[in-house]
Amino acid sequence: MRGIVRAMATTLGTFVRGPVTREYPERHRPIPQRDRAFPLLLWDFDTDEPFCTGCHACERACPVECMTVLMKDNPAHTSLGGTSKRRKIIDKFWIDYARCMRCNICVEVCNFDAIAMNNTWSGHEISVYDRADLVMDLPQLLAQHKAGAIDEWVAP
Amino acid sequence: MVANTHEQEFETQELLINMGPQHPSTHGVFRMVLGVDGEVVTDVVPHIGYMHRGAEKLCETMDFRQGVGYMDRTEYLANFNAELSYVLAVEKLAGIEVPERAQWVRMILCELNRLSSHFMFTGAFGTDVGVFGTAFVYSFREREVLLDLFEEITGDRLMYAYFRPGGLAWEVPDNFESRVHEVLLSAERGIRDMDGLLTQNEIFLARTKGVGAISAADAIDWGMSGPSLRASGVPLDLRRDDPYLYYPQVKFDVITGEAGDVFDRYHVRLKEMRESVRIIEQCMERLADGPILPERLPRMLRTPPGEIYERTEAPRGEYGIYLVSQGGNRPYRLKIRSACLSNLQALRDMTIGHYVADAVVILGSIDIVLCEVDR
Ligand code: SF4
Ligand code: SF4
Repeated sequence: MRGIVRAMATTLGTFVRGPVTREYPERHRPIPQRDRAFPLLLWDFDTDEPFCTGCHACERACPVECMTVLMKDNPAHTSLGGTSKRRKIIDKFWIDYARCMRCNICVEVCNFDAIAMNNTWSGHEISVYDRADLVMDLPQLLAQHKAGAIDEWVAP
Repeated sequence: MVANTHEQEFETQELLINMGPQHPSTHGVFRMVLGVDGEVVTDVVPHIGYMHRGAEKLCETMDFRQGVGYMDRTEYLANFNAELSYVLAVEKLAGIEVPERAQWVRMILCELNRLSSHFMFTGAFGTDVGVFGTAFVYSFREREVLLDLFEEITGDRLMYAYFRPGGLAWEVPDNFESRVHEVLLSAERGIRDMDGLLTQNEIFLARTKGVGAISAADAIDWGMSGPSLRASGVPLDLRRDDPYLYYPQVKFDVITGEAGDVFDRYHVRLKEMRESVRIIEQCMERLADGPILPERLPRMLRTPPGEIYERTEAPRGEYGIYLVSQGGNRPYRLKIRSACLSNLQALRDMTIGHYVADAVVILGSIDIVLCEVDR
């Protein structure tokens, strides 16, 4: 009997405590800056091109081989009359979000700070009817940062 | 022979019933075939392997940084502990000195992870015993606070991939210390709550006392480890008996039970949570500023040829990594010594002779993680 009374007292004691649950999806909790959804590419506003030079470092380091990188000569390079210091630049880039295991390794190996993990809710709320739609191409990967809709965090 | 008509009338027949693989109380995808005589279990045949993904084999194709992520996916309730075994093995083989700060942070995170894992256990176990809702929801509330902290540090709630051979992936946030203190307060309250809710509860005691007992000798024979072994009265704790990190520098007690029954397995874990809080408090005092990675770390880590077995005390027992290297940047062979697999061996001994309803409780008390069992 004593034990049951004690258990009831514990239950009553929690009436005064607020819940930790939230009414998702009506309400979103703020997510920490380091949150890792899926990787996306960053846009260099100074020269109006992606940071990514297509160096393949991330592609080689990815444990699940879900990235595909193709590079090209940068048409905007200074030697060709442009303003950019990047001799090479990304031509095509795909990341298969369905295979990505969100390990952050691609962000760690990138020497150009060109890639970051999405730390917004839109990075988590991806649902599609066809798996092929989860293979993101370059414009899709760049869109969010280009639109200024992300405050990215890259580990120092 | 003139048979006793009374007995003939009630002659029973052994029946095979299937529990799982899609059974809510099997904690994952796990199937038991129970032989029952009336309500009494006469035989148990566990079937495992539904979650087998070949993690060991996969790790042989991964370099040492990539492998960390796969450790997460074996022991998914105590990821930090699983990662720790792996990185410790790699570090020892490669002869890397890990900075002090990184070691203390690792210790704090591993103990916090032990708390969250044991909260998961008390909740799920409460559900198995029949305190559905209350125990489960209460312990998940506390676990939630812990996971929030992990998310703030590592960026993920479950698959942290935060330890690296050599140290940590990145520095903890600035408010780490105050957040840990906050979380500890809530964890202590959570432990009190679970204690009040279950430990003396008569219904709980009736379901757990004397059920699924296993003697110390049997437990050792089956290769059990962790809280399940200590509940039988064997004071084996790798943190004390085969120390790693800075465990020799902190004070804590090794909790043991007496009867080795389901109640003891629960109670040992509950008391262990208090010890974890003690350890974390001591670690927080010792935590000083400093680097989190060694100064000279090659871009691609290579180990000399050799083999090593490194074990740590994960929440479920001895989580060991046996690593064979032939040089190069990836293991030649990796074997994961799973605590749950060994603990699960004893299930048959524990369950035979008890009621079918107790089979669920006994299975719950071993606290299995099927992804670790099958790997
Ligand atoms: S994201 Fe970084 S690492 Fe990957 S190809 Fe581009 S520049 Fe290289
Ligand atoms: S987060 Fe990991 S799995 Fe995903 S693309 Fe980057 S390296 Fe590959």
